[in-house]
Amino acid sequence: MGQLEADNISVAFAGLKALSDVRLSVTPGHITGLIGPNGAGKTTLVNVLTGFQAPTAGAVRLDGHSLAGLQPHQVRRRGIARTFQGGRLFRDLPVIDNLEVTGVGLGQSRRAAIAEAQAMLDWMGIAPLADQIAGTLPYTDERRVAIGRALMGRPGYILLDEPAAGMSAPEAAELAALIRRIARDLNCGVLLIEHNVGLVLETCDHIVVLDSGAVIEDGPPAQIRASETVRHAYMGTAADSALPVLEVME
Amino acid sequence: MLQVLFDALSLGSLYALGALGIALIFGVMRLVNFAHGDVIAFAVFALLWPSVDAVAIVFAGKMPWFLLIPFILAVGAGLSVLSEVVVFRRFRHASPATMMIASFALGFVIRYFLLMLFSSRPKSISLLPALSQPVEVLGARMPLLQLITIVATLVMLTGLSVFVRRTRFGLEMRAAAENFTMARMLGVRANRVIMGAFALSGALAGAIAIILGSQTGTVDIQMGGAVMLMAFIATVIGGLGSLEGAVLAGFLIGAASVVMQTVLPPEARPFRDAFVYGAVILVLLFRPQGLIAARGTKERV
Repeated sequence: MGQLEADNISVAFAGLKALSDVRLSVTPGHITGLIGPNGAGKTTLVNVLTGFQAPTAGAVRLDGHSLAGLQPHQVRRRGIARTFQGGRLFRDLPVIDNLEVTGVGLGQSRRAAIAEAQAMLDWMGIAPLADQIAGTLPYTDERRVAIGRALMGRPGYILLDEPAAGMSAPEAAELAALIRRIARDLNCGVLLIEHNVGLVLETCDHIVVLDSGAVIEDGPPAQIRASETVRHAYMGTAADSALPVLEVME
Repeated sequence: MLQVLFDALSLGSLYALGALGIALIFGVMRLVNFAHGDVIAFAVFALLWPSVDAVAIVFAGKMPWFLLIPFILAVGAGLSVLSEVVVFRRFRHASPATMMIASFALGFVIRYFLLMLFSSRPKSISLLPALSQPVEVLGARMPLLQLITIVATLVMLTGLSVFVRRTRFGLEMRAAAENFTMARMLGVRANRVIMGAFALSGALAGAIAIILGSQTGTVDIQMGGAVMLMAFIATVIGGLGSLEGAVLAGFLIGAASVVMQTVLPPEARPFRDAFVYGAVILVLLFRPQGLIAARGTKERV
């Protein structure tokens, strides 16, 4: 029953409900998508799953055990990693050190951390970037390094928060291939949070749609594609976020 | 000419060590530690038996040099770590301004503690007297101490730079200095890193204490103040948070002081510091972010 599970999560900020009774689960080797209009609560849910935000009600469970009360780094040590919107690397450090410090933070020896960092960069095909200062990287490379950093210590689950934001179509396709490899080759459970609905429909095995803090649809891509509720949720918000949905739905 | 160079280097060393001590702590926790100067004074006074006499009653200072030096460094490091555990840890989530005020308060506590035990009278002390013998280097005569100061500073700076770049602790410290919150989320042990930075900073204060004490032959509870002020200015010019910048600016300020002492007409020499500060203002007008800007300080989100 190995899985990461949000069990009826609710979060309220000063009375304002950001999430209400959200259920979601991520399984090793599978890619789960999380979509929804702006302000739907996607990042709040990621924050809850990774210990950055305590839920007002409900629990996060890993293989059936509650993670309540754990600090973000303790959650990370249990094998639940995440990336952040915008990469958030240590911009003054070389790429390899960005990965290495994560290994060290996870309790590895320095030697083991360097070895794993190098192996990880190799696996991702970005070994030549190792000695570049992270702050000088182009946008897409920065995202890839952020994913590499999250994969240090071989987490069982990785939560990707808008990894494709600002990417062109070919770049997003490359990212999709990488995400599939993470699930398949590393047997890692992936939760993909994205605005690029096309990418999510194409990559994920299972998709959860959030709107105003509640799950409005939950199922395989075909079901999401056909869903009237989802279409409404997107139509009801700003025109630009409706566009990608309409495109893929024709 | 050579004499001026050596003078500049040795004064610069003092400022560079001080600036580095301040930059280390600023780097990991955005704290400008104004108690640093008082840690310097404390490290020297730890050698003395409490008394209000003009001649110091040397106590621990009777140790041979190879014990004396580690002792002073350890006292500096110990007091510094203690100040983090007892005082600064409680201000972890406070604003930088609040932490700065706390550091002023801590500085006063240390200074008045010394005042209570030793009075405010300067005391003469002969610390490592062998070091005041003159030696001749490349035709320039200088006290052995000056040579040792320069060499020891360079060794310490190189050692520290290797430490920060090549060790696990150094790696954690660099990451924490750049983005403390993120480093913490990744599992870097924050308290250990901060305590390490305080220990290094305190040991540097101890090193300054040894140099000052043996150079001037007097100790005084205010003795850290002047160095601290210049060192603080050096960290600002160097770019707050940048270790390389702090060292570079420390040496530059030392050099500027010595050069002005030589080239200014004798009537203007008493106002040397005014000229040095003038130069500081000029530098900041053109490079408000400091000589080597630390990226982490600019881009905090």
